[in-house]
Amino acid sequence: MKLPKWKEMPEGIVILEAGNAQEYETGSWRTFRPVVDKSKCINCLFCWIYCPDTSIIVKDEKMEGIDYAHCKGCGICSKVCPVKAISMVEEGSL
Amino acid sequence: MKTKNLIALEGNQAIALAMKQINPDVVAAYPITPQTEIVQVFSEYVANGEVHTEFVTVESEHSALSACIGASAAGARTMTATSSQGLALMWEMLYIASGARLPIVMTVVNRALSSPINIHCDHSDAMGARDSGWVQLWSETAQEAYDNLIQAIRIAESVNLPVMVNMDGFITSHAEEVIEPLDDEEVKHFVGEYRPLRSLLDIEHPFTVGPLALQDSYFEFKRSQAEAYKRVIPVLKRVADEFSKITGRKYDLFETYNLDDAEIGLVVLNSTAGTAKEVIDVLRGEGKKVGLLKPRLFRPLPVEELREALSKLKVIGVMDRADTFGGFGGPLFTDIRSILYDVPNRPIVTDYIYGLGGRDVTTEQIFKVFENLENIYNTGKVESLVSYVGVRE
Repeated sequence: MKLPKWKEMPEGIVILEAGNAQEYETGSWRTFRPVVDKSKCINCLFCWIYCPDTSIIVKDEKMEGIDYAHCKGCGICSKVCPVKAISMVEEGSL
Repeated sequence: MKTKNLIALEGNQAIALAMKQINPDVVAAYPITPQTEIVQVFSEYVANGEVHTEFVTVESEHSALSACIGASAAGARTMTATSSQGLALMWEMLYIASGARLPIVMTVVNRALSSPINIHCDHSDAMGARDSGWVQLWSETAQEAYDNLIQAIRIAESVNLPVMVNMDGFITSHAEEVIEPLDDEEVKHFVGEYRPLRSLLDIEHPFTVGPLALQDSYFEFKRSQAEAYKRVIPVLKRVADEFSKITGRKYDLFETYNLDDAEIGLVVLNSTAGTAKEVIDVLRGEGKKVGLLKPRLFRPLPVEELREALSKLKVIGVMDRADTFGGFGGPLFTDIRSILYDVPNRPIVTDYIYGLGGRDVTTEQIFKVFENLENIYNTGKVESLVSYVGVRE
């Protein structure tokens, strides 16, 4: 996302486009990264329901992976996964 | 020339009348001495159906300004009024209103801040809010406060910034004065219909107001806000010109009195300017070249114009009705002195802190200030750059 210069800012503290949070990457301060073992995943989508962000990528009702540009590494998906398919791995150790 | 419609009103009543004639969409206010009468009289207009205003009764000034911010973001023409502790309680909301660029107009009836608790006039309330991003207009008389409030609507809505109109507690707010109001229709026409830049009620154009802006965007928002104040001066002048066409009353960034050929000048805000004019008349009668500059617009500070008006003087006395504890003189003094720093042969500028907590400001005190300034003029020596006037020594 290209950030506007000060002269390009709208008057007032406003965001004029709806639904643009996707463009704003907020996943840079994660300490632990959820890593999915797709061989274990049963596509129950508990992770998708519980994710406090919208960082679980789902396509055609199947869990496709994690949106690391927005995931903060809270670990809830890993906790709720009934088949332990998501493990939390320390960033930098990969 | 139409017949003058002159009526006797207290300053607060004049403000309430202006609010009635402006007929704002929303007023959220909480009573506090010496502003109470504004809210009281205005609420009678509301109860009598003389205005269409949605009057929001709240439990504090923090809520009053919060409600105003919500209403203004929704696109409503919004007004309020307060004093002293009330303004202090609004403090965090003041910055939110200006940052969000909401053109709320508020009368501030200037009163000292606690402690010790005191209900009388000084300027510590508004001076505490001087960096909050609100445009500040100051008024010597009830007539000026009335006129400023009507013009403030146009200024606020032209630049999308909140404006506070100041007048002295009790001295102006409770003294009865003959004023010449405009007709209701004239005010209605002058303020016009408010067309907000954007409105939360406009569901065709949804937007987010007040989002988080961290290290990557906060600075750009604030830099953009800082630029907006440059538009205030030309807008204020244009609005004042239009206002003088219908009333004959001329307003500018500041008023000068016998300043053109003066060598010694006084800079003072609000009602004390009236007392100072009396003193200047006497001193002029004695052949002394003394004059006055009374700022009307204090924020944004009209730097170039003030420098132009004051640079030819030899000695300037600034009178501050607020102290900056632990600082270097009053807030008006530091601004005026700083403005003149780059002037060749810059005038000597000294500060006189006066009238705190409603201490009566007499002509004797102002004569004393001029005596001190004349002494500096004659000797070139300054005993004290910052001194206190009218306090028991």
